[in-house]
Amino acid sequence: MSAKTIDLTLKVWRQKGQNSEGSFKEYPAKGVSVHASFLEMLDQVNEALISQGQDPIAFDHDCREGICGSCGFMISGNAHGPIKSTTVCQLHMRNFENGEVLTLEPWRATAFPVIKDLMVDRSAFDRIITAGGYISVNTGNAPDGNCLPIPKPDADEAFASAACIGCGACVASCKNASAALFTSAKISHLALLPQGQIEKEKRTIKMVEKMDSEGFGACTSTGACEASCPKDISLTNIARMNREFLKAALCEKPEHHHGEG
Amino acid sequence: MMRQVALGTVELQTRREMLDLVVVDGKARGIITRNLLTGEIEAHEADAVVVCTGGYSNVFYLSTNAMACAVTAAWKAHKKGAFFANPCFTQIHPTCIPVHGENQSKLTLMSESLRNDGRVWVPKEKGDKRPPQDIPENERDYYLERVYPSFGNLAPRDVASRQAKYRVDEGRGVGETGMAVYLDFRDSIKRLGADKIEERYGNLFEMYAKIAGEDPYKTPMRMYPAPHYTMGGLWVDYNLMSTIPGLFVAGEANFSDHGANRLGASALMQGLADGYFVLPYTLGDYLAKTKLDKVSIEADPFKAAINQVNGDITKLMSIKGTRTVESFHKELGRIMWEYCGMARNEKGLLKALELIPKLREEFWTNVRVPGEANYLNPELEKAGRVADFLELGELMCRDALERKESCGGHFRTSTKLQTMKLKGTMKNSAILPLGSGMDQVKLKLGTKKNSNLKTLNSQLAVINRGLYVS
Ligand SMILES: Cc1cc2nc3c(=O)[nH]c(=O)nc-3n(C[C@H](O)[C@H](O)[C@H](O)COP(=O)(O)OP(=O)(O)OC[C@H]3O[C@@H](n4cnc5c(N)ncnc54)[C@H](O)[C@@H]3O)c2cc1C
Ligand code: SF4
Ligand code: FES
Repeated sequence: MSAKTIDLTLKVWRQKGQNSEGSFKEYPAKGVSVHASFLEMLDQVNEALISQGQDPIAFDHDCREGICGSCGFMISGNAHGPIKSTTVCQLHMRNFENGEVLTLEPWRATAFPVIKDLMVDRSAFDRIITAGGYISVNTGNAPDGNCLPIPKPDADEAFASAACIGCGACVASCKNASAALFTSAKISHLALLPQGQIEKEKRTIKMVEKMDSEGFGACTSTGACEASCPKDISLTNIARMNREFLKAALCEKPEHHHGEG
Repeated sequence: MMRQVALGTVELQTRREMLDLVVVDGKARGIITRNLLTGEIEAHEADAVVVCTGGYSNVFYLSTNAMACAVTAAWKAHKKGAFFANPCFTQIHPTCIPVHGENQSKLTLMSESLRNDGRVWVPKEKGDKRPPQDIPENERDYYLERVYPSFGNLAPRDVASRQAKYRVDEGRGVGETGMAVYLDFRDSIKRLGADKIEERYGNLFEMYAKIAGEDPYKTPMRMYPAPHYTMGGLWVDYNLMSTIPGLFVAGEANFSDHGANRLGASALMQGLADGYFVLPYTLGDYLAKTKLDKVSIEADPFKAAINQVNGDITKLMSIKGTRTVESFHKELGRIMWEYCGMARNEKGLLKALELIPKLREEFWTNVRVPGEANYLNPELEKAGRVADFLELGELMCRDALERKESCGGHFRTSTKLQTMKLKGTMKNSAILPLGSGMDQVKLKLGTKKNSNLKTLNSQLAVINRGLYVS
């Protein structure tokens, strides 16, 4: 295959475990096809490391098509790299110049402890969802498709919020390590649909409280999250979350426990 | 599910991999997992086990599946006695972004809906390297429209995939590698306007532009088939229970719903049906009707399973050979793609059955797994999965060899026409039993009338018309 290739130098954060010291190490990435993805470039570097008896660089990944949210790290200060609306698994090497030096670092946030090298623990996001990111109905017979008409613009807006893949780039790009963009996307997605109305107040309060207690910082509306989000989640979600939270806090009723099922 | 997690009825065990099934007194009573962060081997006892671990397209190395998709859970259950049905029924999807080179790690699917408005073509001349826009209309071969006038670009998946392969094999493939065909939107854009096309396929066009580095509004997409779905899997009865009582299998991991060739959009439907409408009833029924003694993870079958898992891991770590796990996986993938892919024949399958055991032997004597077993170790995870693919691959080839007839995704090129009892009227190619492997003989049959040919399975062709969802 006669594909064009480039040579790069990588400065990669190596850290054995959560409680170990980390440091940058330099690796050459030579003869990288410009058609390869960034993760394929790392595969190539890892194959060479393994052959030389060295420890390969650990990074999270699964779908490699921008839909699962597993991948993500900083490339020279940019979450998921320099190209807008793109996860690192969908970032292609044609976007880099021959001879470039790239610095690879894991997401940095108290709520995302490093597991190894470029891998972090994002289970704090799972716990925010567990706090209320769902609709409490048990599955029974499928309802008729047209029994709950939803205007197209509402459906589109809910869909745009639902596009969040939970990658954590928003947290990593925020100087306060705030999870406001993620949490607001999840709250908005349900708040925009009729099915989400019933538990709206309770859900908003619980998810926001969980977000705060997981150690994410406060949102100061600098917008770095929106700029780095691979799924173009909009800041208007945060405004909606704040509005919903205020409304919910004002009319919060004491909770009744009927035992949920 | 997260609501149930909050309610305490479901406990998530994330970053764990099932490495064995535990059978006690003939019933599935637990599993063994490896904690992927700490390497700890953990035993879990249960009243019943439900395996929903997806398909095994990654046996081909390159597929549209996610990287962690593996046959391991299903394979371990098979080794514990669960029957494996139709392993060779695999689906090769026609519209994927083609391979760019040796370092390619996975293939990206472009939704099949693109074929609603895109026209598939290759140059008429072999080795025509002109850019597509410089190739005049009369020098293009819109081969699906030519070969299947009434299906046109909407021919069923397996048919469209094989046709693409024939064109590439004829030396008429396009792009840098010659391993692709064009999917061209020029005419639809002319007819409907770029806006309409953007409304329909905007996100797909964007994705393609990102990966391929070309603008599909201006130049045709390049496409090539890729392994995408596996119809085969663990055998289950109507209650989704395998041949091991208490072991249930749902989703792509079972063999149940799709016969020899899955139709578009039906995999997610199956997942919903299995999970929402079948298992909640059949699992409860099993538990209600079955007397289950108490089991403990201290019992012998658990200890034996743990020993087996630990033994395999120690073995993999101690080989310290010279070849990476990835290189074995790639080689297996090439064998499977070449001899057990879109078209299969006896000679090729016999060859694969020679190559795979040799490769497996080399794997177990020369693989290099770096790092430590009791720590996060993605290479060790991969090694275990590839070891199982090396066994599954052989089973797939044996199954494919055994099935002398063509059937859905399983296409035997050596199948003789006379063995298929065909009769009736063949007015044109479009009434051929697409999906039953007859597309290759189409040109010979062409316009024969009242011959002794009959559609082998005309329903299949009709069903196949309804597949253009994804
Ligand atoms: C790119 C792509 C697009 C598709 N588009 C469509 C579509 O539009 N419509 C449609 O109907 N179908 C589509 N399909 C098919 C469909 O998505 C799959 O068949 C379906 O998701 C399978 O669901 P599942 O739950 O059975 O398995 P999966 O979704 O594959 O889930 C299996 C899970 O088990 C995990 N796992 C595997 N082994 C182990 C183990 N040993 N221990 C622990 N965990 C394990 C895997 O990591 C995975 O998370 C598509 C498939 C792909 C790849
Ligand atoms: S909001 Fe965007 S950046 Fe944040 S988790 Fe979701 S997809 Fe990732
Ligand atoms: S690997 Fe799934 S989004 Fe990147």
